[in-house]
Amino acid sequence: MSQIPADLRYTKSHEWMRTLPDGTVEIGITDHAQQSLGDLVFVEVPEAGRRLTAGDACAVVESVKAASDVYSPLTGEVVAGNPGLATQPELINKDPFGEGWILRLKPSGGSAAAESLDAAAYQAVVAAGG
Amino acid sequence: MPYIPHTPDDMRAMLDRIGVPSIDSLFDEIPADLRVESLPGVPDALTEMEISRLAAQRAAADGSPLNFIGAGAYEHHIPAPVWALVTRGEIYSAYTPYQAEASQGTLQIMYEYQSMIAGLVAMDVSNASLYEGASALAEACLMAVRAHRRSKSARILMPETVNPVWRRVASAITEGQGLRLENVACDAATGRIDPAALAALAGEDITALVVPQPNFFGQLEDADALTRWARANGALVIAAVNPVSLAVMKPPGEWGDGGADIACGDAQPFGVPLSSGGPYVGFMACRMEHVRQLPGRIAGRTVDTEGKPGFTLTLQAREQHIRRAKATSNICTNQGLLMSAATIHLALIGPTGLERVARACIARTSELVAALTQLPGVRAAFPGPRFHEAVLRLDRPVAPVLEALAADGIIGGFDLARDYPVLGDALLVCATETRTRADIEAYARALGGVLGRAAAT
Repeated sequence: MSQIPADLRYTKSHEWMRTLPDGTVEIGITDHAQQSLGDLVFVEVPEAGRRLTAGDACAVVESVKAASDVYSPLTGEVVAGNPGLATQPELINKDPFGEGWILRLKPSGGSAAAESLDAAAYQAVVAAGG
Repeated sequence: MPYIPHTPDDMRAMLDRIGVPSIDSLFDEIPADLRVESLPGVPDALTEMEISRLAAQRAAADGSPLNFIGAGAYEHHIPAPVWALVTRGEIYSAYTPYQAEASQGTLQIMYEYQSMIAGLVAMDVSNASLYEGASALAEACLMAVRAHRRSKSARILMPETVNPVWRRVASAITEGQGLRLENVACDAATGRIDPAALAALAGEDITALVVPQPNFFGQLEDADALTRWARANGALVIAAVNPVSLAVMKPPGEWGDGGADIACGDAQPFGVPLSSGGPYVGFMACRMEHVRQLPGRIAGRTVDTEGKPGFTLTLQAREQHIRRAKATSNICTNQGLLMSAATIHLALIGPTGLERVARACIARTSELVAALTQLPGVRAAFPGPRFHEAVLRLDRPVAPVLEALAADGIIGGFDLARDYPVLGDALLVCATETRTRADIEAYARALGGVLGRAAAT
């Protein structure tokens, strides 16, 4: 059974979002996603300054059996990619909602994640086999 | 891998199972106006007896001329064991089997090949080969664009001193994918990249600079300075190198400060016969930081669950069967047969053998240039160090001279008129270790005769 912290927002494509005190949004992939992928061996994170539109592929997570794109849930500008993932991709396996964050994004004005799910709704997506 | 033919009954059963009336109907989604119903100009089928006779006649028409042409494909001695081994049943396949079918032996040959290539270019990692040098250069350009994420221009500087055939292939493959391959002029006095042409581009967003070494004219570029220039201007460096030359020259991994990023070229000089232009075998290597952008297969050495050493394909998440549309390349196979020939060839001659070959090439080419430039109306086009090719300037158009030499059984070189009109009546000649002093004298005599005859008429 995977964890789904109640204080985060989610997407159907298994990203999570956390709004930080300064208004930037931290984004990663869920515990369910990392379990499905298996042991990660490589993560490609976006460069600071890159402009993303909601739905853009913004990162790549590669495991021993698959490589998947991570999609930005929001429109905005990348503030940082997680530098720790370059040498420790397993941070996502160990701590998907914490040290395994993938990028921080400064959302463009008013682009609150319209399509985002709360924990209960995301739980339903996972339960339905999404 | 056994060949298992399908009988008409097998095919009927399969079509019935998927509910399709005929094999043709599987292609219904291709519009009728895009289908080629006949192939004009292709003659009717011949019987085995007819085709054998035709092939024998064509082969005999080639004769066994003395060859002084290089220009991207090189005649080298191939020790007899190379093809005796390559044609054994265990190896003799044009195709690289997929992981499930790849034997440990096949994987080990790939691994040994990669180790040899990585050693020659002084880089961390090599793939298990590509089609040939020209498409390897195209793949290197595409790879540079993927690897250099800060550069947004997809501009590749492609000097005129790169093999013109490679440049055309690279353009054909990459331009539909949004790359811009930009000419960098050649200095007609030195036969090398014009430093002024490069300097004019300083400070612009350039993804990569291609550095040919030796260049198409056999001249040695200042690879250190070019690499430093690229670094200073935020561009990656793609080395396009002759692998034989690496036995005696500084490898791309050590160019400038920090080396080139990607090295590519054609491994044809290692055990692959000229064969009227192919098939050849491309190689490609890079620094470890770029490995996830490297196209093609990579074999790795590992241990099994009992700790025994073994070989396996690795880093496959780059490839299309996993990465789909975002794969590093649509290349899923490699030149397994020719890669095997190259590996066996290198294993046989070893580092000292390769160095002797390289030194003999340099010496023979110097002798050739010295002998031919003795003739009135022939002079060397460029000064400076060269590898195993040189450009000669004649006092008249090259094409008729080459025709006359061919009548004497000599393939006299590559006419540069079409690709480099700026050079005037220029001829690219090559002598490898296979050309003897007597061969060179024969060429000089024949050329003297041709030039003298023409002058007399």
